[in-house]
Amino acid sequence: MRGIDKRFGAIHANRSVDLRVAAGTVHGIVGENGAGKSTLMSILYGFYQADRGRIEVHGERVRIAGPHRAIALGIGMVHQHFMLVEPFSALDNVLLGAEPDWRITRARRQARAHLRALMRDTGLHVHLDAPVESLPVGERQGLEILKALYRGVRILILDEPTAVLTPQETERLFATLRELRSRGTTVILITHKLREVMALCDAVTVMHHGAVVLDSPIGQTSVDALAQAMVGRHVQLGRVAQPSKTTTDRGAPLLQAHSLRWRDPSGLVRLADVSLELREGEIVGVAGVSGNGQSELLEVLSGMLAPDAGEMVLAGRRFAAARWLDPAIARELGVAHVPEDRQRRGLVLPFPAWESAALGYQRAKRYSHHGWMDHARMRADCAVMMERYDVRPRDCDLRSSKFSGGNQQKLVLAREALHEPRVLLVGHPTRGVDIGAIEFIHQRLRALRDGGSAVLLVSSELDEILALADRVIVMGGGRITGALPIDACSEAVLGRMMGAGRVEETAA
Amino acid sequence: MSPPVELPRWIDLIVLPAFNLALALLASGIVMLIVGHDPLQVVGLLVKGAFGSRLAVSYVLYYATTFVFTGLAVAVAYHAGLFNIGGEGQAVLGGIGTALVALALGDDLPAYIVLPAMMLVAVACGVLWAALPAALQAYRGSHVVITTIMFNFIGYALLSWLLVNVLRPPGTMTVESRSFGVGARLPGAHEALALVGIDWPRSPLNLSLLLAALAVVGVYWLLWRTRTGYAIRAVGHSPEAARYAGIDPPAQTMVAMAVAGGLAGLVGINEVAGVHGRLLLDYVAGAGFAGIAVALIGRSHPVGIVLASLLFGALYQGGAELAFEIPGFSREMVFTLQGLIVLFSGAMAQVAAPMFGRAWRSWQHRGGADAARERAHG
Repeated sequence: MRGIDKRFGAIHANRSVDLRVAAGTVHGIVGENGAGKSTLMSILYGFYQADRGRIEVHGERVRIAGPHRAIALGIGMVHQHFMLVEPFSALDNVLLGAEPDWRITRARRQARAHLRALMRDTGLHVHLDAPVESLPVGERQGLEILKALYRGVRILILDEPTAVLTPQETERLFATLRELRSRGTTVILITHKLREVMALCDAVTVMHHGAVVLDSPIGQTSVDALAQAMVGRHVQLGRVAQPSKTTTDRGAPLLQAHSLRWRDPSGLVRLADVSLELREGEIVGVAGVSGNGQSELLEVLSGMLAPDAGEMVLAGRRFAAARWLDPAIARELGVAHVPEDRQRRGLVLPFPAWESAALGYQRAKRYSHHGWMDHARMRADCAVMMERYDVRPRDCDLRSSKFSGGNQQKLVLAREALHEPRVLLVGHPTRGVDIGAIEFIHQRLRALRDGGSAVLLVSSELDEILALADRVIVMGGGRITGALPIDACSEAVLGRMMGAGRVEETAA
Repeated sequence: MSPPVELPRWIDLIVLPAFNLALALLASGIVMLIVGHDPLQVVGLLVKGAFGSRLAVSYVLYYATTFVFTGLAVAVAYHAGLFNIGGEGQAVLGGIGTALVALALGDDLPAYIVLPAMMLVAVACGVLWAALPAALQAYRGSHVVITTIMFNFIGYALLSWLLVNVLRPPGTMTVESRSFGVGARLPGAHEALALVGIDWPRSPLNLSLLLAALAVVGVYWLLWRTRTGYAIRAVGHSPEAARYAGIDPPAQTMVAMAVAGGLAGLVGINEVAGVHGRLLLDYVAGAGFAGIAVALIGRSHPVGIVLASLLFGALYQGGAELAFEIPGFSREMVFTLQGLIVLFSGAMAQVAAPMFGRAWRSWQHRGGADAARERAHG
């Protein structure tokens, strides 16, 4: 791709970008959110047309008018959000749009044989007859890759493939990609996880503000060099040295939960006998392979789910399972919640930022008097939040959906922090957030802790837990399978506990 | 798949609707030509029929009053993520409530007691007729689209039963109630204006117009200024985010539908108390369904709904005039015209948006390039 230029209105998304990817290699493209990676790949995949510039595939100049044309040229893309028909079987999802025969049973037979061969060659494994909605995330991603390979793709673009994967699934994905490379497939990997780039890629291109700022074989660069190129300055992501706390100077307990249990509507036990205590001035990290009860724990503690059994003491009030608190009461008692899914929960996307900035606090005296909303106050607070948390652009009237993921997250965090919470429940605060914002969010969480709040941090990134937490609990199968002070933690130790503690889900 | 374009507000709210309306008129003109009428003459007569005299304007406003009520009834529910197709039935019930109070109290008590009582009961009946489907949706998961449609039929059946078996004076053949007493008559615009010394022709336009104006302002304030409105809109856009914020989505479903039903119920005041002075069979006459089109064209915003209601009022009035003036011009032609406007301005309102988006972008680009060149030379 040469001299690719693309504008969206006032935004210059790609500035004469040159990208050369050698055949049969894994090529990483890294950059912050909004650096233009996805735009560039969308141009290659035919979603957008470049305003200027040209594209050559295998040495020939081509015009890619749409995804169909891209697939015909052997270019396939696996999106971050999967494009699958959930009630259909995996096999039918592969077939859809590429049926080898109009008689569907024949088509299925042929495709099944073809896919078996592909799975044997690549080491991928997907249950072909299971409906997609029943497949775990890692397998769905495998299915997307199979779908592309089935269509004869020789150049495979993966957009943030590991964002939704567990560490084990990530390892499996990388093994598959290495296998594909050895068979001559070219892989383009969009990501902002630099260690993954170092582990897997042969070469890397760094983008910043729509332009290429670094282009290098992997052997000649390092994580630090890439991080610096990405954000244009030096970043500090590791653990900040601090006097380690001894058990004697621990603060007063703010939240105590005992023997929480929750069953989902189908009867599976998602939380079993979970007890924990959050104290003043500490960050408690919750580690675990995602899907082992962490999300449910956050929802129960924040009042969004009522448990079947157990109790909780919060701000001197005792809540039994039968009379659980709701999110409104939780907020009144000083519990703030940064939800895992900021787009679905943390913000009302069509609302302007200043309306989203009051979400959850609409009942607070600060914002409403006798049922009337105080718009002036809401706007003023939104401006303060944006200023304190460096939300860009600083436009309170912009729709919440128009902010980038990192800025949406900063806005949610700013909102939850503004009301000086005693307890802050945080789910995956930096998922899908670029590296500069990660550093910033980490600083803010530490500042809240230092101000005396208790923070419960659920994260699938061990790095993040190691960088922030004062003590760590590990969850597996809906139970707490281990608890450690931070001094005893290392990636290896936690990884082992996460693996060992994995209890099979038991139907009750 | 092209990237969504953010249009400037003035294009989105003025140019685009005007363009759609022009397109609808153009298409109508072609139909007129095919049928053998002169489109220019038709449009001229239509406009004259709707705005050519004070009497005509009165009729337009009278029709618009009803459309404002039913349009708002659809819009409020829409902001809570609900499609209220039950405006028709809710309006029928509002009329029944109006009439029952009028028949019971209108002969003996003064208007300043009877009229407010009629309004309250009309609203209450509309609320009831919306709250039942709303409760079924909120707490039992029956889809409100289906149940509100069903409640339209039940409402009409109830009306017929009441008229035939209960309210029809003995010995009469027409299916209507007796006329209300003087205490239950809502003054017409001509009567009200006569009090302040303005001579105005006698028309169905009545004081409900003021009620509609209040409703417009009230709905705007409710949705965008109150905590209830905030909660309703949060649920409408994202029930999950609402739950996270401690808002109970089923409760907001109930609130929004109740408000919607109450607004539709006020149609009863306009038609039954303001115009007919008795309960009859077809005082709603599809206004509940027209409200869906009004809300669609008005983008579910109170101001848009006022404009769309005036448009529909003008079409009703101008259309009736056309059927008089042009021999062979049938009522059905008027429906065709209305249908095309709903099609272009409502259902296909956003079809032309990408075209304007591209035009706007290239205009901006050229503007930007010009500015750059000027800077370079200057």
